[in-house]
Amino acid sequence: MAYERHAELEGKWIRFSVYTFLAVAVGGLVLVIPPFFLQGTVEPIEGLAPYSALQQEGRDLYVREACYVCHSQQIRPFKTETDRYGPYSLAGESVYDRPFQFGSRRTGPDLARIGGKYPDSWHWIHFGDPRDIEPRSNMPDFDFLRQTEVDLSLTERKLATLAKLGHPYSEAQITGAVAAAEAEMAEIAKSLRSDGIELSETEARSEAIALIAYLQVLGTSVTELPPVDTAGSGNAGLVEGGAR
Amino acid sequence: MTGESGQPVYDMAVVRGFALSALVWGLVGMIVGLLAAVQLAWPEANWGPYLHFGRIRPIHTNAVIFGFTLGVVFAGTYYGIQRLCRVRMFSDTLSRINLWGWNAIIVAAAVSLVLGHTTSKEYAELEWPIDVALAVVWVVYAVNVFGTLARRREKGMYAAIWFWIATVITIAMLHIVNSMALPVSWMKSYSAYSGVFDANIQWWYGHNAVGFLLTTPILGLMYYFLPKVAGRPIYSHRLSILHFWSLIFIYIWAGPHHLIYSPLPDWAQTFGVAFSVALIFPSWGGMLNGLLTLSGAWDKVRTDPLLKMFVVGLTFYGMSTFEGPMMAVRSVNSLSHFTNWTVGHVHSGALGWVALTCFATLYYMIPRLWHTQLYSQRLANVHFWLATLGIVLYVTPMWVAGVTQGLMWRATNPDGSLAYTFIETVAAIRVYDVIRAAGGAVFLSGVFVMFYNVWRTIQQGSAELPEGALPNAAPATAGGA
Repeated sequence: MAYERHAELEGKWIRFSVYTFLAVAVGGLVLVIPPFFLQGTVEPIEGLAPYSALQQEGRDLYVREACYVCHSQQIRPFKTETDRYGPYSLAGESVYDRPFQFGSRRTGPDLARIGGKYPDSWHWIHFGDPRDIEPRSNMPDFDFLRQTEVDLSLTERKLATLAKLGHPYSEAQITGAVAAAEAEMAEIAKSLRSDGIELSETEARSEAIALIAYLQVLGTSVTELPPVDTAGSGNAGLVEGGAR
Repeated sequence: MTGESGQPVYDMAVVRGFALSALVWGLVGMIVGLLAAVQLAWPEANWGPYLHFGRIRPIHTNAVIFGFTLGVVFAGTYYGIQRLCRVRMFSDTLSRINLWGWNAIIVAAAVSLVLGHTTSKEYAELEWPIDVALAVVWVVYAVNVFGTLARRREKGMYAAIWFWIATVITIAMLHIVNSMALPVSWMKSYSAYSGVFDANIQWWYGHNAVGFLLTTPILGLMYYFLPKVAGRPIYSHRLSILHFWSLIFIYIWAGPHHLIYSPLPDWAQTFGVAFSVALIFPSWGGMLNGLLTLSGAWDKVRTDPLLKMFVVGLTFYGMSTFEGPMMAVRSVNSLSHFTNWTVGHVHSGALGWVALTCFATLYYMIPRLWHTQLYSQRLANVHFWLATLGIVLYVTPMWVAGVTQGLMWRATNPDGSLAYTFIETVAAIRVYDVIRAAGGAVFLSGVFVMFYNVWRTIQQGSAELPEGALPNAAPATAGGA
């Protein structure tokens, strides 16, 4: 009987442990290994560039402040979601996202396509105190991001590390990372000032500026709903109203 | 090592250490959890760079999962394995490294998360040097456990040990694969995987952290301590065998249910859905094996606070393992995903099943570790009721808030346009955020009661063996608690 043979197994710790490992390894192998081979088949969508130096710094700040605990970056293929947020998320959009930022809870709205939705000055004011813009918001204020200068001491190394992981940065982009970040910061500061926002020296080089650079590029490489048959993507087409 | 009576002398110092550290981390983690709940209801409670919700939330989850729950698991396994194997732990040195190393990791985790060093992977937020340390300490634990099993003086390994073996092996595998990253500096790294593939591996890890940190080791505690407290053997050995192997085999496939309607390939999502639904059978096998163990002992449940905790814990285990498979079904998930329903689901499992079982385990061990009796059964009863009331006050508003928000997000006007702006859905659930914070406060107050009860128990007892007493003997009249 099987149960008697199990009694024998209960006396053998090595064999028991090996069987246990095999039991958990099967599902692990099937779910984890094949996607590695798929990785080559999911190409970045057309027009997708790796993040600029400042955008990447902004992204790292997004991760540091754990924005993902309240904001998803994953629009589902339902009409009510695409009406609210824009075209649903594609696999080919997030190939330069390390780590991914899909999120798991929308305490605030999805941000996958926040880029270009509001002017830079909107974000600047919103970071200062979200309730200045929306009195019912329960988002923490992130004024400290406006008062802290962004640290660019690791920027070059960050881009070099990402290049090692396969992000297509040129040698010039890596060595010129800091200069490019400075230039992009100046652009954003200029746009804020033209909207009538007074910036101190620190504010014009603040972490909030880098974060704005990141937010403003999010989801901008997709402008219309892609065709239903997207290679390697799980999007089986738009689902009406959310329910099947 | 054996005592004069010929009985092995077990190492209980490591158990005492983990029991106390778990209690402290539990208190810290739940205070931080209450702060997080308050911040969601009242945004004024976010402070500056270090104490806003984004930094607080991972500190809460890390402290309660790795500090509290795993602390109790280490204590319970060191307590149970020595007795089930009738031999002292393989190495006292490894036990000490495990105790101090682990607690150092929790301190490092708390400090680094406050400072904003995070990988952003849920329940795996720690940066690479802490991840490496965690892997090393885990291997130390594994060597200690397997070394003890190899030297055991009991022929068969009891079911509790199977669940602990599965924990040791699977957590090692999950942690190592999910934490792969390329460092930029000492406290910054980039994931070895990107985008959808990163998400796939993270939720393979994340879901199985629930499976192998919050389920299998806790089932092991249930298998060891519930029969002790009830004074009856486990209901069915065959059921143990069936539900153990099916549970560990099926669990590992279910991760993609966190990524339904995401860009993850459909076939993987479907695996996740199907195996999640199947998971109800082995889960309920475990619940039934626990509850039916009380056949003929139900009268004790009326009076013994520990049995109450075990029974309500198993009931919540049954409820949340029914709810989970249901939420993995695509049509339900389209409503529940991204809402507070998920938060309610997690806490019905974490507070109801994991915390209550851990409390009962601590209440059982602590008087025995300090050679005395529990200071107050009445306070343990008070704790039980505060915990239960707190869970109901926590979970119910989260269900209501989740369904409310899910329905409002998809509501449309007759012309097909969206009926509500996002902020209207935030305002609609605020009242439930307030009730949830109250529920958390009630639950936390129970932990303070426990803290006091344990402190008085330790005060009246002694870690040293009383003169003339046999090692490992239970206190004469400590039956039940």
